[in-house]
Amino acid sequence: MKTGSSISATWTIFKKDMYSELRTRYALNALLMFVITTLSVILFSIGNENVSPELLAGVLWIIIFFSTMSGLSRTFVSEEERGTVMTLHLIARPLTVFFGKLLFNLILLGALNVFTVVLYLLLVTGFSVVNYPIFIITIILGTLGLGSGSTIIAAIIAKANTKGTLYPVLSFPILLPLLLTVINATKLSVEGVPLVDAIGEFQVLISYLIVLLAISYLLFEYIWKE
Amino acid sequence: MNLISFSAENIAKTFNRRKIFNDISFTMKEFNSLAITGRNGSGKSTLLKILAGVLSPTKGEMNLVIEGRVIKKEEYFVHLGLVSPYLQLYDEFTGWENLDFFRKVRGLDTADEYLAELLSRVNLSDRKNDFVRTYSSGMKQRLKYAFALIHRPVILLLDEPTSNLDDEGIATVYQIMEEQKKSGILIVATNDKEDITMCEYVIDLNIQTLKKGEK
Repeated sequence: MKTGSSISATWTIFKKDMYSELRTRYALNALLMFVITTLSVILFSIGNENVSPELLAGVLWIIIFFSTMSGLSRTFVSEEERGTVMTLHLIARPLTVFFGKLLFNLILLGALNVFTVVLYLLLVTGFSVVNYPIFIITIILGTLGLGSGSTIIAAIIAKANTKGTLYPVLSFPILLPLLLTVINATKLSVEGVPLVDAIGEFQVLISYLIVLLAISYLLFEYIWKE
Repeated sequence: MNLISFSAENIAKTFNRRKIFNDISFTMKEFNSLAITGRNGSGKSTLLKILAGVLSPTKGEMNLVIEGRVIKKEEYFVHLGLVSPYLQLYDEFTGWENLDFFRKVRGLDTADEYLAELLSRVNLSDRKNDFVRTYSSGMKQRLKYAFALIHRPVILLLDEPTSNLDDEGIATVYQIMEEQKKSGILIVATNDKEDITMCEYVIDLNIQTLKKGEK
């Protein structure tokens, strides 16, 4: 199969997942409900207290991390539960499946993060971003890293019997470097430091993304096979 | 020179230290047909999954050669078609959408007319725009045949080929099997006597030997 047809097959798998999600709402409802519920609980617990913007930067990423954990594994788990994994084995190469699923998770997580961030900025009064370029780059790189990490971990846990509990447990140590870095970069955007001061954080996030994609590329075939 | 050769050498599969089968070997050339038989739990479906390349054997090798070219394991799906009770199609899509998805993922330039012909052949033309979740088990089984034949495979693997089908469906399946024997290789996992008599060779997993079938 040529590169062109591999890209087209990846796109077809992405489109299939998109239509499937729009019809079944496997992940979308879980993700949206999680964000709304968590945000409401946070707003109630903050009340009239003055919470520092630095702390609120961490809370934002806690919401994003756990909402990711509540829904992003569905892309592989639903195929496993419905027994359509063998069908995918019989029509496409492993990497085509992986990149199709990765693209779907990135788009889904990107949309969810835009929704979460807008809601967070509007509702959490103590959280005000000073340097928006740092904030936006952090959200984009954080989404890419979180989406890539959660996709490969979803592929691993889909084979396990205890899928639900294993997902956050396995994800936490793998995603911890990413979470610490994005929380730090978000703090910098709140403090209003110049863009150059956040370059170190961005370099870590880009390196993390490259390493994660390289590992996924090398390992996915073995994960997918058995 | 043979155009197609599909061979298995000493294939063995073990699940959690339990040996399912051991040393399965055969070579099939074009126009050959093989029936895999054995009691329940003897590993018929497992062997078929290994042959289809969706499950790795614990031991042994498979070799697929088409027109002198050795086919890599990850390319098997291009040349193989499988119908099995384990196989599930997408319930949230219609029959047509399922076939359209398979056609596009495989990168086939198959025309709509061919898909319509496949659906008509398995008697699903009038239900092609209905969601698969509304299909009966027999209709789902028919759609699996359209799925397996969409890329005109040189090797057709069938697991319990006539399960869930009515007389008309069984007749269509037998016709598909006859056609496959004229164009490539047919491998069937079954205990149905009529299915077995359609095949030239038989492997009985209870005794694990290949013998000439009784026509």
